[in-house]
Amino acid sequence: MSDIIRLEDISVAFDGEIILDKLNLNIRDKEFVTLLGPSGCGKTTTLRIIGGFQRQDSGNVFFDNQLINDIPPYKRNVNTVFQKYALFPHLNVYENIAFGLNIKKVPKSEIAPLVDEMLALVNLRGFGNRNIQSLSGGQQQRVAIARALINKPHVLLLDEPLGALDLKLRKEMQIELKNMQIKTGITFIYVTHDQEEALTMSDTVVVMNKGIIQQIGTPQDIYNEPTNSFVADFIGESNIIPGTMVKDLVVDFCGHRFDCVDKGFGENVPVEIVVRPEDVKVTEPKDGQLTGKVESSIFKGVHYEMVVEEDNTHFKWIIQSTQTAQPGETIGMLLYPSDIHIMKGESKDA
Amino acid sequence: MQFLYVAIVLLPLLVAALISFNDPKRRSTKISRAFYLAVVFIFTYVPIVVLIIFSFNSARSTGVWEGFSLKWYKELFNDSQLMSALYTTVVVAFISAIVSTVFGTFASIGIFYMRPKIKNAIMNITYLPVLNADIITGVSLVLFFNLVSIPLGYVTLLLSHICFSIPYVILSVMPKLKQMDNNLYEAALDLGSTPMTALRKVIIPEISPGIVSGFLLALTMSIDDFVISFFTAGPVLSNLSIEIYSATKRGVTPEFNAISAIMFVVVLTILIIINARKPKDEKAK
Repeated sequence: MSDIIRLEDISVAFDGEIILDKLNLNIRDKEFVTLLGPSGCGKTTTLRIIGGFQRQDSGNVFFDNQLINDIPPYKRNVNTVFQKYALFPHLNVYENIAFGLNIKKVPKSEIAPLVDEMLALVNLRGFGNRNIQSLSGGQQQRVAIARALINKPHVLLLDEPLGALDLKLRKEMQIELKNMQIKTGITFIYVTHDQEEALTMSDTVVVMNKGIIQQIGTPQDIYNEPTNSFVADFIGESNIIPGTMVKDLVVDFCGHRFDCVDKGFGENVPVEIVVRPEDVKVTEPKDGQLTGKVESSIFKGVHYEMVVEEDNTHFKWIIQSTQTAQPGETIGMLLYPSDIHIMKGESKDA
Repeated sequence: MQFLYVAIVLLPLLVAALISFNDPKRRSTKISRAFYLAVVFIFTYVPIVVLIIFSFNSARSTGVWEGFSLKWYKELFNDSQLMSALYTTVVVAFISAIVSTVFGTFASIGIFYMRPKIKNAIMNITYLPVLNADIITGVSLVLFFNLVSIPLGYVTLLLSHICFSIPYVILSVMPKLKQMDNNLYEAALDLGSTPMTALRKVIIPEISPGIVSGFLLALTMSIDDFVISFFTAGPVLSNLSIEIYSATKRGVTPEFNAISAIMFVVVLTILIIINARKPKDEKAK
């Protein structure tokens, strides 16, 4: 697939504070791409640069291989769903959705069926004459999506569009959005700080922190093979343990030598090991590769979440398991090679 | 002796005010609150009510009631001098309100999108003429008109009214801009509007309640003004307030009660319209 948007060495600073630092990003056509990161990481600024609402201090933006630095938002083939929807309160649902086509002077007779089609797409049939204020948050959200999609943009930008909705509605909308993206074949660039949302919907996730891209990959890549401890930590809870890569396929941590599936780090190199809490198998002490004393155990519904102090290094593990043990008990811990993820060690002296 | 009268009137009022702060459920509190409110309204509105009643008095005297008559209203409309003054007031009010609404609206939008520091500075400058004593504004305008040698008359009267009305328009449009979702303008651009179309189709409709109140406020300020007009109208031209003022030197006839009553009713109507609009806006939010 070809790249539809290319950001090249984009830097932005507000009042001397660096927001984006030489950011490079290629976005492939027809993909669902999520920019994920904590607030202030520069994800919204990136979106605004693509939309044309924010001018970068340096660097270039390409759209379909055309330089679009100087193209104003109203001439870009991109539409935005804003965080707080930004629906026009003085217009009703129909007029809001028809706004873009009216601006383009599409004949009224052609607009009506297109608006109806959009209302159907977002499950709001018969809402055309309703007042914007009379709609619920979820309905306003759908109108905002319809208002953007009716213009048949090449790329749709979504700025935390589900942030204001309650959990259940958010989950429903995540699936609906993903379906809409597949149905329309439009490239979606989605900004969120919610890692679960990012993993659920995206083809590609771009993890950002402090204006720098940390990792780009599929949700599986990002989850299973985080490139550094920031990503590992941000994408859900993890055990991040210092260790040594003895040689290819062998790693040493917590005083035990493990088989693993990673190679190419060199021999006797300090590394960091990521183990997901749910990947630790709880066993009898004699069957475990490691042993530890349970500090606490909390029932979480599907599983128990335990904090276990490992005996050799006193590293505190977080373990999620359907089996549990009482605080004070000693348990064994077993790790499969495929569940051990190696990251380059953060050079602490740098 | 006069102090005694004042004390007799003010003392119960003060007591009533103090009792009002008591437990709201107590009967004495309720009564004293009602009393306090009544006295304040009486002080404010009795003179105007008296004026309106006496405008229907058939006698020439301004103090003795001798029966109902519309004769002063009739005479008012036959008084060509007074009618031309009324005409001046109305024309100046409408033109200055329209012009200051246009300028004030665009100024507000410009100020709103400025950087915060400059914006605050400009808003303070905007407040200044509102707080400034009219007499100072009047004198300084005359000095200015002399300096640039515009002869005092219609033009200067109009310019000065536009000048003092613009801040009121800005002050009533600005809150509407602040209430507006900041992304609306960007949303319009996003959907293909040029900045000009976005202004016309999104921003102006969005702040229109503020623009209309600004216009009505400018209208009443212009009809209301005496001090600034007195300085800037020049020796020949007079509007209604100047005409009434000069008439007080000759002795006020009930004719002036009639014209004052009309002015009061007009201004009151406009104010009622402004206030009636407000709850409607709030409901829409």
